[in-house]
Amino acid sequence: MQEQFFALADVVTAHLQTGEGYLARFSGEVSDFVRFNHSAVRQAGAVTQRYLTLELFRGTRHASQTITLSGHHSDDVSTVRAAVQTLRDVLSDTPEDPFFLINTAPQSSARTMPNRLPTSDEAVDAVLRAGAGHDMVGFYAGGPIHRGFANSFGQRNWDTVNAFTTDLSYYLAGDRAVKMNHAGSAWDAAAFAAKADSAKARLAALARPAKTVAPGGYRVFLAPAALEEVMGMLSWGGFGLAEHRTATTPLIKMVEQGVTLNVAVTLTENIGEGLAPGFQDEGFVKPASVTLIDGGVYKDCLISPRSAAEFGAAQNGADGSESPLALDMKGGSLKETDVLTALGTGVYVGNLWYLNYSDRNACRMTGMTRFATFWVENGEIVAPLNVMRFDDTVYRMLGANLAGLTSTCNLLLSSDTYEARSTRSMRLPGAVIDDFRMTL
Amino acid sequence: MSFAADIAARFAAAAPACDFWSVRVMRGTSEHLGVTRGVVDPIGLSEDAGAMITVHSGTGMGYAATSDLSALGLQRAGADALAWAKRAAGRMVAPLPRLGEKSAGEKAVRHDHDVQPRTRWDAISRKDKIGRLREQAERLKRDARIVDWSASLSFTDEESVLATSQGDFIRRSAGIVVPGLNASASDGTETQTRTFGRGGVIRQGGLDVLDDVGFWTAAPRIGEEALELLAAPDCPTGAMDLLLAADQMYIQIHESIGHPLELDRILGDERNYAGTSFVTLDMFGAYQYGSKLLNVTFDPGVAGEAASYAYDDDGTPAQKHFLIQGGILQRSLGGAFSQSRANIAGVANARACSWNRPAIDRMANLNVEAGESSFDDLVGQIENGVTMETNVSWSIDDSRNKFQFGCERGRLIKNGKLGAVVKNPNYRGISATFWRNLKGLGNAGTVEVLGTPNCGKGEPNQAIRVGHASPPGLFGDVQVFGGG
Repeated sequence: MQEQFFALADVVTAHLQTGEGYLARFSGEVSDFVRFNHSAVRQAGAVTQRYLTLELFRGTRHASQTITLSGHHSDDVSTVRAAVQTLRDVLSDTPEDPFFLINTAPQSSARTMPNRLPTSDEAVDAVLRAGAGHDMVGFYAGGPIHRGFANSFGQRNWDTVNAFTTDLSYYLAGDRAVKMNHAGSAWDAAAFAAKADSAKARLAALARPAKTVAPGGYRVFLAPAALEEVMGMLSWGGFGLAEHRTATTPLIKMVEQGVTLNVAVTLTENIGEGLAPGFQDEGFVKPASVTLIDGGVYKDCLISPRSAAEFGAAQNGADGSESPLALDMKGGSLKETDVLTALGTGVYVGNLWYLNYSDRNACRMTGMTRFATFWVENGEIVAPLNVMRFDDTVYRMLGANLAGLTSTCNLLLSSDTYEARSTRSMRLPGAVIDDFRMTL
Repeated sequence: MSFAADIAARFAAAAPACDFWSVRVMRGTSEHLGVTRGVVDPIGLSEDAGAMITVHSGTGMGYAATSDLSALGLQRAGADALAWAKRAAGRMVAPLPRLGEKSAGEKAVRHDHDVQPRTRWDAISRKDKIGRLREQAERLKRDARIVDWSASLSFTDEESVLATSQGDFIRRSAGIVVPGLNASASDGTETQTRTFGRGGVIRQGGLDVLDDVGFWTAAPRIGEEALELLAAPDCPTGAMDLLLAADQMYIQIHESIGHPLELDRILGDERNYAGTSFVTLDMFGAYQYGSKLLNVTFDPGVAGEAASYAYDDDGTPAQKHFLIQGGILQRSLGGAFSQSRANIAGVANARACSWNRPAIDRMANLNVEAGESSFDDLVGQIENGVTMETNVSWSIDDSRNKFQFGCERGRLIKNGKLGAVVKNPNYRGISATFWRNLKGLGNAGTVEVLGTPNCGKGEPNQAIRVGHASPPGLFGDVQVFGGG
């Protein structure tokens, strides 16, 4: 797809009129999607898609059109030429944009990860083998994900990630299940089978009679996958400059009052070590890392070129959403083997689910426990916990009530496939938190 | 011949030898216009087209979707779908449904319909639309304390064709309009936001939709109410009567009736992602879901509602059904495949969000039928309570039971009278008991046709449009609370 995209970029370049320029963004994938239920196939198939977003500009007037490409050069040339003409017409309706900021100094790059993915047969066979004799449900997605950028200044960027995600749950009964995620860019059948075996082994603890706790404050351990949900929520407006400058950030108390989190909390956008491409929609190259919160103190925002122009700041390679794509949280000193001992008596939360803000100004969020969540007494798992709702503020959870972070941080690759397969990731520790508010 | 019909015919000529095939071609052209903080947003257009091929071979079913709509590309997709069907044969979760099968003498379906708006979207120019959006944005900015404000319009013109090896041909096209207004007022560390339904205003149609929903007159009220909320006290805490406006009812219906009744969730397909359901197969026909006032319908025939259609994406004819009648659970939200797996009745709701995703059980139009009370009658019944409007926060467990919702704006109600405005109104409850505490429903004059453009579900993930028409609803003994 790389050659096809760059060839189309050259076609656009050749069709520009005096005073015109363009940005072109490519997003494509060839994906195997296999859905499982009850350790059998529910839906299986493949999707091949190619999208080109062409943005035409004349001075600071600009407009964009996203089109689907066929992969046949002659057909796609016609489609692209038509898009150029459409956008040329649209520009006549478009006012000057005071916030139009693009990279004009070409910074070309190319990254193509080797293909070490399983064949479709290997993937299906491996997952069905791992489900044999159990009630397994879940999803396999695999194949190349392509992203590209080109502009009329001659910049060319390309990124191909060959990646897979195996996102499965083993059910014991009702809503009692252990979830496992095995994702990466190099398939290792033995590693997958070992992870599946580990998940199945944890089912035994779910067989004990479940416990229901009364609403109140509990000492909890949030496993990395549970903390991922909190961070995902915080990423919804927490780190973008636009939300900070318009006072709509959930971290408004950090911005306006200098409220701090626990000194152990350091958050970084770490593009250099994630799967997301190193370039963004306006052609700027992303820095390897941006420190968002340093030792509990708010430091830098993610700043898109548009926000930079509007609010008089320097852009730092963020996309328009100004949301992290590779969020890292610094680990602490708690060894993974000591987690239950450190928790003592409380709740081990394997996963959280369906979070939302209950008071955005207070950075207070609510959500549910899900999957393998246990009641623990004196460092021993006693019973699975019936699902509970929590409702608490990040200032409490990751502030004074943060009692410890694991030294090991897990790389969590997103399994999201809305419109296209995601290349987002997070690398997070687990967290011991006191007085975590359960409400229902 | 239309674009989609032409592509479908192209595939039919090159379809692989198999037990059954279908081709679903979709093309959508979209436009997004907006004005944010006084500056016109970059204009964004899109034209998305592709085909989804589904093949049954023996006991296997497979699909392949492609944006390569050449004869060769479609042929290749057909071969890929067949390969997937063979790979899945003998390993499927259930026997395949007999889609499109005809009884003796039954003719193939031939359906071709364009939803005609009263006023076409292009009846006024793009430049004029932007000009009118600028005016709305200026009306939102009432005060220096309005720190973030925007007005926007999204329009999609979508055509789809489903053709099958049984000879069925189903074509439809419709425009979808989603307007937006947003005003955030701030003072110190307090920020309050009011919106025009926060994405819940979505209709089929054209420019006429904007008049019907009052888009052109709403901006001053939204700006004023954002400022009003800045000075308002927090919603009180306690168990009390709760009167939900239609723009909160729609999400309450969506999360705690719609999702739990989806048959694929009940059958376990969604347990790894969107979740399961507290509803079990044995409940249909007997379970008291709500009070006797509760009547819920799957109604694909409401003009203008977001998910009105004549056939679903499996080709099943769509018609109105009561899912809950007189409070009793009657029927599931399950399409042909789920119905055959569960052996219970469902509806025509196998739907896909686009050409690149397979059909699964979705909500479509899920409505609460009107009651008999005026809004004032409902308020008059309340001794101590609160009314809440416009959803801002939603959360529910994976069995769709324990929920918590937040709204943009509340008003206290004492002794049958509306009182002071309160901010951060939230409430929580349990689906299995909440609907049984339904004490009143607004009459036909209070019904609003709303929905959401982004109902998320499925693996691979799909965000799809659904419609929800509802009157305001009055519930007793609900735990409400504010912020802080």
